[in-house]
Amino acid sequence: MHKVFLVIQREYLARVKKKSFLVATLLTPLIFPAIMAIFVWIAVEEKENQSLRVIEVVDETGLFFMESSNQYAFSTSVKNLEEAKALVNKGERYGALYIPKMELSAPEGIQFYGLENPSTALVGYLEVSLKRKIEDQKLYTKGIDPKVLKEIRTEVTVQALTLGDAGEEKVTDATVNYALGFLSGILIYLFIFIYGNQIMQGVIEEKSTRIVEILVSSLRPFQLMMGKIVGIGAVGLTQFLIWVLLVGTLSSLVMGVLGMQMPQQQAMEMANPELMAATPDTGELGAILQVIDGIDFVSLVAAFVFYFLGGYLLYGALFAAVGAAVDSPSDAQQFMLPITIPLLIGYMGLFVFVLQDPSSSTSFWLSIIPLTSPIAMMGRISYGVPFWELALSMGLLVLGFFGTTWLAAKIYRIGILMHGTKPSYKTIWKWVKSTN
Amino acid sequence: MLEIRQLNKNYGSHRALTDLDLVVPEAEIFGLLGPNGAGKTTLIRIINQIIEQDSGEVILDGQQLSGEAIRKIGYLPEERGLYKKMGVWDQLIYFSRIKGLNAAEAKLRVNYWLEKFEISSWKNKKIEDLSKGMAQKIQFIATVIHSPRVLILDEPFSGFDPVNAAILKNEILELKQGGTTILLSTHRMESVELLCDQVAMIHKSKKILDGSIREIKSRFRPMEIRASLQHLNQELPPTWKIEASEDGKVDLLIPLNGQSPNQLLHELMAFGEVISFQERFPSMEEIFIQQVNASAHA
Repeated sequence: MHKVFLVIQREYLARVKKKSFLVATLLTPLIFPAIMAIFVWIAVEEKENQSLRVIEVVDETGLFFMESSNQYAFSTSVKNLEEAKALVNKGERYGALYIPKMELSAPEGIQFYGLENPSTALVGYLEVSLKRKIEDQKLYTKGIDPKVLKEIRTEVTVQALTLGDAGEEKVTDATVNYALGFLSGILIYLFIFIYGNQIMQGVIEEKSTRIVEILVSSLRPFQLMMGKIVGIGAVGLTQFLIWVLLVGTLSSLVMGVLGMQMPQQQAMEMANPELMAATPDTGELGAILQVIDGIDFVSLVAAFVFYFLGGYLLYGALFAAVGAAVDSPSDAQQFMLPITIPLLIGYMGLFVFVLQDPSSSTSFWLSIIPLTSPIAMMGRISYGVPFWELALSMGLLVLGFFGTTWLAAKIYRIGILMHGTKPSYKTIWKWVKSTN
Repeated sequence: MLEIRQLNKNYGSHRALTDLDLVVPEAEIFGLLGPNGAGKTTLIRIINQIIEQDSGEVILDGQQLSGEAIRKIGYLPEERGLYKKMGVWDQLIYFSRIKGLNAAEAKLRVNYWLEKFEISSWKNKKIEDLSKGMAQKIQFIATVIHSPRVLILDEPFSGFDPVNAAILKNEILELKQGGTTILLSTHRMESVELLCDQVAMIHKSKKILDGSIREIKSRFRPMEIRASLQHLNQELPPTWKIEASEDGKVDLLIPLNGQSPNQLLHELMAFGEVISFQERFPSMEEIFIQQVNASAHA
């Protein structure tokens, strides 16, 4: 048994001692926020530097008055479409909006001309404004005063709360849950791929150098395989824990700074009620902080570590089997499909189904089946998952891990001693079935 | 003493070893010969307990080979390799611990061998930074670090330059003197004749020949005589092959054709003055090729 420990120790130290490990571990938690910060900064810069785009409106109905925003201004200096097009061609206008004579009951033929493709944001903006105008117009013809109409319009936001068993209420937020599910799902996906590949490379190295023949005379192939998987998994776990510590420290620093500012702002808002209406942002931020406060991070991290390790172990064994079956990393490609496909299904499923509707039946199955559950369940967990589903999913993941390990051990045991000929799926199946 | 009794191994319908018997005597170098695919690697893997035999026994010092016995065996595979990114010291410690040495003993022995080869300064170097010859020295140390009673060397000289090959040869002989039993698998016959006390030849899963080198060579009686003559006084028979001729001295290779050497000597004396007369022993290589061909036709 102590020899397995030696293998684990070697696999662990050989990787942790590398400079690249240190760099990746320390920089990654800084790189992600840095990239986000750069994006936000660029977006803000762009918004500020963007010149106002003037759009010529040719309105043959005479019913539409387009309100300018801080991005788009609307002018009505010419009377027909041809002149408007000429203005666009000369570069004096960003684009021309053409509204032909039409029945309001069936608005058709509205066109936008521009030198470049209009962004979906602009088209959407135009569609929403025109729709609103047409609706207003219809209400007006039905005898509703525009002033009354303005009074009727109301802005509403829904605050979501979840009820605990003891009746306690927690503020939740779909966006925050989405972000958490998204992040942890992607992390597990990446982790399985990155560390799974390390297992595969390690097995191929030992096989091609025949180190495995020296080792296998002293340890059982299964011990060697598990030693490698566990050792590399420990590296990943170490990396993750360092990240949690780093991110935890960083974010509590950031929260500390924000928390210090908050009372000042609240005081200002109280002193000046108009300011409160003018700066709804602080309210939003406060709400998000409240939501983040309401998340049970301990159980979230615990679940993450479980699925992180479970998924890694389940796929790790398969990666080891692929490494054992081939002579070089370039040959591994053909056997990667059974690993890549379910991982991709889990990954795509996370975005297409789970994050959209965490309690749909597709989401349920994706988070129960062991091959996809490590990724899919992480997308659901921050929304709250019934205990029995979690227990079933975790139980099946453990069973799945035993299953793939059993399968992989059979392939590994024979594969590591085979050289020269490239095996096919058929030969690998023979290895699985053979008893000695 | 390592004994192999009635060993059989099949891979599906392919026979890798058939009823193989071998006795490798204590403290001798035993050559395992045979063309590629003959079953040598299978035999070595079974002795190393990497794979299991279908039937038969491997007996080391009177006991069936068990998991514990692996400590007594050192194995140098034909294709060499170490962990490229790992340092010399860490690597040697790792292999000695895997072979069952405790930490303190491992340190002591690694130091001993590094000093013996005068390479203590490489301790912290990674294998990828060493030359091929240097790496092979490390590999050899890794093979013998736990002082195995039985050493299995698969093509030990392949890839060695002459200087390092000589060092390796001396190390092997030294280990033999120290009582290590050595099984040397090769198809390089020069090294067999230089090093081995006994050999066995395997072909198509079966042993086709074994014994001491001297015994095998005498079993394949010389059918030819190598002789030198001076002062030739008549034409030589056309069946006598002239190998060299210089300053009136002729080296000949003469088939015996059922004659006794004495009869031939008599005949020779008539042609001139005999200055040398010697049985020509076949080289191991010739015996090897002859045996492989013979069993191919059988």
